[in-house]
This record gives sequence, C-alpha cells and structure tokens, in this order.
Amino acid sequence: MAITLNINGRDMAIDADPQMPLLWAIREKAGLTGTKFGCGIAQCGSCTVIIDGNAVRSCNTPVAAAVGKAIRTIEGVSENNDHPVQIAWQDLTVPQCGYCQSGQIMSAVALLERTPKPSDNEIDKAMAGNICRCGTYPRIRAAIHKAAELGKA
Amino acid sequence: MNDMHVTRRNFLKITTTAAGGLMIGFSLPRLAEAAAEGGGGEINAWLTISPDNIVSIVTPQTEMGQGAFTAVPMMVAEELDIPWENVRHVAADANRHVNNNNLYTTTSTGGSTTVSRRHPYIMQAGASARERLRKAAADRWGVALETVVAKQGMLTSGDKSGTYGDFAADAAAVTLEQEPAIKAYGDWWLLGKDVKRLDVPTKTNGTAVYPIDVTVPGMVYAAVQSCPVPEGRLVSFDFEAIKAMPGVIAAVEMKQTKDVAAFTDMRSGVAVVAESWYQAKNALAVMPVVWDNGRGATMSYESQTAEAMSLISKPGTLVLNQDGNIGKNLDTGVNHDAVPGLIEASSKVVTGEVYSRPYETHSTMMPPCAVADVKDDRVDVWTFTQDIGRSLNEVADQLGRDAKNVFLHQTQLGGGFGGGFNMFVHRQAVAISAAIGKPVKVIYSREEDFAQDAQRPPVWGTYKAALGDDGLPVALVTHFVGEEKMPAFSQRGVANMPYLVPNRRHEYSAVQSHIPIGYHRAPGANSTGFIVEQMVDELAQAGGWDPLEWRIKMTEGNEPWQRVLLAMKEKSGWTTDLGRGEGMGCAVVESHGTIAGCVANVTISRRGQIYVDRLQFFINSGFVINPLNAREQAESSAIWELSHALYGGLDVRDGRVVNTNFDSYAMLRIADTPPQIDVHLEMSQDKWWGGLGEPAGPPTPPAVANAIFYATGTRVRTTPLSKASL
Ligand code: FES
Ligand code: FES
Repeated sequence: MAITLNINGRDMAIDADPQMPLLWAIREKAGLTGTKFGCGIAQCGSCTVIIDGNAVRSCNTPVAAAVGKAIRTIEGVSENNDHPVQIAWQDLTVPQCGYCQSGQIMSAVALLERTPKPSDNEIDKAMAGNICRCGTYPRIRAAIHKAAELGKA
Repeated sequence: MNDMHVTRRNFLKITTTAAGGLMIGFSLPRLAEAAAEGGGGEINAWLTISPDNIVSIVTPQTEMGQGAFTAVPMMVAEELDIPWENVRHVAADANRHVNNNNLYTTTSTGGSTTVSRRHPYIMQAGASARERLRKAAADRWGVALETVVAKQGMLTSGDKSGTYGDFAADAAAVTLEQEPAIKAYGDWWLLGKDVKRLDVPTKTNGTAVYPIDVTVPGMVYAAVQSCPVPEGRLVSFDFEAIKAMPGVIAAVEMKQTKDVAAFTDMRSGVAVVAESWYQAKNALAVMPVVWDNGRGATMSYESQTAEAMSLISKPGTLVLNQDGNIGKNLDTGVNHDAVPGLIEASSKVVTGEVYSRPYETHSTMMPPCAVADVKDDRVDVWTFTQDIGRSLNEVADQLGRDAKNVFLHQTQLGGGFGGGFNMFVHRQAVAISAAIGKPVKVIYSREEDFAQDAQRPPVWGTYKAALGDDGLPVALVTHFVGEEKMPAFSQRGVANMPYLVPNRRHEYSAVQSHIPIGYHRAPGANSTGFIVEQMVDELAQAGGWDPLEWRIKMTEGNEPWQRVLLAMKEKSGWTTDLGRGEGMGCAVVESHGTIAGCVANVTISRRGQIYVDRLQFFINSGFVINPLNAREQAESSAIWELSHALYGGLDVRDGRVVNTNFDSYAMLRIADTPPQIDVHLEMSQDKWWGGLGEPAGPPTPPAVANAIFYATGTRVRTTPLSKASL
C-alpha cells in the first residue's frame, strides 16, 4: 500500500507493507543505501537512524511506526560531509571497513544533540548499541569529544 | 596464497586501454574510465595521468578497512614522485586482470602481504612510469636524459619544464632499455609518513559502495539457506506452502558444486526469491524444508573437546620441518625422541595443564552478500571476496562461460579478516540469477552467516618441561591438538617459537569434523599465542624469573625480538607487583613476519568482573610505510582479539552452530574498550618486511590472561575469560 515517509526533510511516497521493517523501506524503496543491515534483531546498530530526535534501530521498526515522523539517515546529516561529527570522524580517521559507521554516526549525532558535551560514561551508554567489528571504538570515543568541541564553535 | 614469482616483465606489458565493459549499477571508477574521462594517458596498467596532472592509481587488492586502497597508491606515488593531493584511487578491473595473464600478478588480499610481499613490483610500476616520463621529455626537448629531473609531478631540464600530464601520452609509447631499480629505505619522501586513508570521507556520509548497496534495474532479492549442519544435503522443500506469501517469486535449489566441503564450493541449499529481501527472508523461514544432515549430525563442541582431551593425554605425532628441526633451526642436532626421557630424569619438572581456545566466527559487519546479473552474452557480479580474480574465474567456471564475458566489479567490503577467501555467495547469486533469468541480490541473514562461515578452528595445547639450575628450561615437550583440515593452525607460533630451549619436541594430534574452517586474522598464532605465552609465564614463575626478563634472556641474540622486549621493559612501566585486584601481564607473538608485544593492565572487581584498563603494543615489522595506518590496524586487531578473549566462543550442538547472532555470540562494545591503547612502532629498519594488518591481535589475550593471574592468582586457561570465576 502507499505510505508516505518523511526522510531527511522530504516526503517520499513508497509502496510498502506497513509491517515492512523501516530499514528495508529506506534501502530498497527510498534507495538510500547508507543505512546498513547487520543483524536484523536490534543488536548491532548498523541500521541506526534518527526518528524525531531519537536514535532508533530501523531493522525492527515497522514502517507504520515511522509514518508522520521525521526520519533522518546518514544521507541527511549534512550536504557536504561537514557536520562536526563527520569532520571529527575524518580528522581522527575513525572508519576502517566503514560498514558500521553510518549507524555509529547517527548514534553520535543523536547523542550530541541531546548532550552537547558528553562524558566518557555518557558516550559509552549512547553508543552501547553499536558494534564495530573493526574495533574503531577508541577513535569513536575521541571523535565524539572532538565533535563536541567543534560543535561549540 | 602463494605469490607468483614476480619478474619485472609482469607489469610492463603496455596494453592499450581495454574497451571496458558496459558498467551497470554502481561501482568504483576503473582505470579505463578514469583515463577516458580525464582524457589522460595510461602509462602502464597501474596508472593514468590526466592533462591536469591527476594520477589515478589502481589497487588490485581489496579494501576491507585495512588500507589497501591507500597503501598501493602510496607505493606507486613514492616512485612516481607526484604530490599526494594529485593522487586518486581507482579499482582494478578484474576482467582485464584475468584475461591478460594475471596482469596485476595477484588480486588475492590476505596474510598482511599487500605491502610486505608485494611492494617490489608495485613500487616498480611507479618507478617505470617515472623513467618513461623522463625519457619522453628528453626526446621532445632534444636534451640528454640525465638532465631531466622528475619531481613532484614536474619534469625539468635547464629552463624547460612541463607537468607529467603534458608528457603522459608520449610516455605511454616509450620503451626503456633497462627498468629502474626501486628506491631503498632512506630515499623515501612519502613512505614512512602518516597518511590518512583515501576512502575515509566516503565512509562518513554513506556513499561508500559495498556489494549489498548495488542496484541493477529489474533486480529481485534472495534469502538463502544451506544445510544448517554443514556438509548435509537438501532433500526437498515445499514452495507451494509459501507461494502465496506477499512478494514471493520463486524458490531455487542450490546444488553443491563439488562433493567435498571445500572452501569456496557452493553448499547444498535453497533460496527464496521475492520483491523485497525481508519478504524473501520471512518466506524462507516458514517454508517446509527437509535436510539430510549427513555425518555431522551428532557432533558437538563438547564431544569434540572430549576427543581432544583424550588425544592430548597420549603421545602425539612428532612435528618437524623439512630441515628436520621443529622451528627455526634452534634445535639442530637434537634427538627429539630423547627429550621426554630428559624430562623424566630431571628433578625439576613443570607439568602444564590443558589450555584451549574455542571456535570463533568472522562476523564481518557486512554479512555475505552478492549481486549477479547473468545474461546470455555477459555476466556482471558484485560480491564479498578477498580475491576478485579468483571469484571471477569461479563464476566463469560454474556457468561454463568464457572469462572474457564475466565482469566482477570491485567494491568496498564491510570487513574481511580472511572470511572473504571462503565465500560462495557469488556462486549462489549467479546460480539464482541464471535460474530465474533476472538480476538478483543475495543477502545472508546473520544467522545464516554464523551457521555457514568458515570458522576459526579450536585448539588445545599442553606442555611438560624440565628446568635447569638457573631456573630456565633445558627440555620442553609441547603437544597441541588441532583440526585435521588445517594442521598449521595448531603449530604456527608453537613449533617455531623463538625461545632458546636447548631440547625441544613438538607433538601434534588432530580432531576431525564437518565444521568448515578457514583463515581468520592471524590464523594459528591467534590461538596458539594464548597458550604459548601463558606457558612461558608459568615456566618463568616456576624457575623464579620475572616473565619479561625470562623472555629477554631466552631470545638473546635475536635482534628483532630484543628490540621489542627491551622497549617493553623501558617504556611500559613494567611490574608484576601491583595492588590487590590489579595486574600487569605481557606477551609477545610473531606472525606474518612481525613481532608484536603487548603489555596489559587489568583490574578485577570484587565480584570478579574484568576491566582491561590499558593495552600497550610494541611492534617490529622491519619497515612501516604508513605509521598512522599501522597504529589503526594495531588497535583494530587488538580489539578483535580482545573481543574473542573476553566474550567469543561458538558453541556447536547436533552438528550445528547454536549461537548465531549477536544476542548469543557477544562482541566487545565501546564500554569494554580499554580507555588507553598505546602503539609503539619499534622498527628494525632492516632487510625484512613484516605485515601489519593482524599481528597485534595474538599477544592480546595472553597478556590479559597473564595480567589476570598477577591480579588474582588464578590462571585462566580458556576463553571467554569473562566466564572464568575470579
Ligand atoms: S541491523 Fe538493526 S541493529 Fe543490527
Ligand atoms: S568500521 Fe568496520 S565494522 Fe566498524
């Protein structure tokens, strides 16, 4: 059935079953492939998007639950790859394989919007749902602190 | 993963730019396109230079986060002598590679070899191009070749000057009488500097393309399942039962391509095809399927452990290399059969208990996935592979097509760690696409990935030693039990350990199983290091030696090891005497020609919780071309192994892996990450090159386990450490 999703500030009409996980609607229907599939059971965070300000695992969120809400994906973080989180990520060369990083960045963006200067503890909590098999955690931690600095400027 | 013998001629074939096949979907730009777009000249198969002096450099190796797409361009740019800002990376054309007598020598990516083993011919490609540019300029200007200088993208002679781009087309036609030698360490201007990986920006905005992201017009989606007990076979499935489910298009049987459970052969299974992947997955989950589970149906990790324990209690088979020695000729002239007798006769015997490491799974963040479009006249594939050339040939072979008509496009990979050598997802994708006559995207569920992965095999090990009056071992028998499919994985790092024990004997026994196994980051050393480096601590303790001093003493005269060990002693703040609940441990393991030492600090809470406070690494790979990337890879491989050490462990019951997703197979997360990880590069800058993508992993678990011992007095002999009662 026809469903309208608001993704990155734009309304998109997609044809999907309301129970379809939002992840697949974003990837297959909206054609935004930056959001990744990693586990399908809300355990890895690869599929993290921001819905109405909250970091959400899109793999177990039905499309129906996202209707009428503002969905943000990695493609909507900035026009020019220059959001403070993206700049910090590049400066500290956080991504390795990069596969988890869209999800990491979305979790970090949501954290900083709520908590502009997070402690290590707050970072650990907010990022707990995001696995990185390449082990970029030390750089993620440092980059969030750096993004907090950049964000203030 | 043997390299072909490399001759200078291998890469000097000057080929006219192949009319690259029609590109569909997304892919990384290839050299032919870079040349066509920029109008630049292809000087050799490795690079083109455009009129505006932008150099596009090919990387035949796969990028999995380890930095190949930056390391290869750096090596070429070093010789070419071009500003780094002018360098662009382009993907290798696998079709051109396989159809031109392996144009790039090899596309295999593993064993930490991209730099260590391949630098001679990669650097030569840049040197050769530079010399041809010089010759082209000399000819055009009518000046002597010796007067032409090539530097930072400019050619000059007296008052004449021009860019490389101005001479690229001429240079492509130049033949050199003699190929130049490559630069030696000390003459480098780019190698040895911190360079940020070129692919990083594409990985902060979602634009990096992985096989899972490729879309082809008319594409449908497939979920797959092979027999949950590997080696078992599909008997039947009932498509009628799911046919009416939303979006469902077809079910396709996948036939085992060979009668053995080899690495890259397609296993017997079934695919459900649908309009969306989640529809395919849901339908597959409820489709009635009958399997013949085969020989593995009753095996469990518990039964395998019992078998290993029984084997290890009896003598095993003596292991010797071709020279008749165990390891590195340390034992020349030793009667290995007499060693057990020496120990029996000794008054100071140390008898080790049995150590072990369980199965682990690759669990790359990107699950196995591939897109295939099989048409009558051509085949296009995007897939998870660590060897694009080999996978292309496998597809051609399976479909009975000429390799000229098969196009396997290089993409980014969402991790590899050796897993990309054991994939058969490309075979499944082309089989399904051929069967349904449509392009298809195959994605494994995480459960299917864990069930079918080529797992890291378990290892069990023990030892017995006799100590001399100085407390140092005079005789040592080690006995390791491994998987018979890959005996080396239970011998590397043990048989060839560098400690100067005068009388050694190494024995091996094997368990068999149907569980597929394969290469995992630092294969062999990743498990054996845990055992050997705790054994060392036990021997040191029994002989009254400080464990670090023991290692220094027992590797005397071995410069690469001494460099690492002495740095550990000087810089780590080493002590075994910390407060209650705190411990410091060390371990050193050599793998891929690199010696990696780790010093771990841990705190054990009163409730027995392990906190790894700090890890310090001391690494000697001989040379390093990009220290920044070396540090990144050290952090990465350390955390990789720390994850297995603290949490991993696959369980197998009724012949199948039972913990098949992150809810039951736990991974290290950010909160468990040591707050401080220091990486010291302690290079010998000598003649040898070691790899850097993996070696920091193996010393991590034993250093942590040794630290736990000093904190608690408890020796933990298996992983996951978090399950030990402390
Ligand atoms: S794919 Fe959604 S959390 Fe893993
Ligand atoms: S960068 Fe590879 S999984 Fe995180």
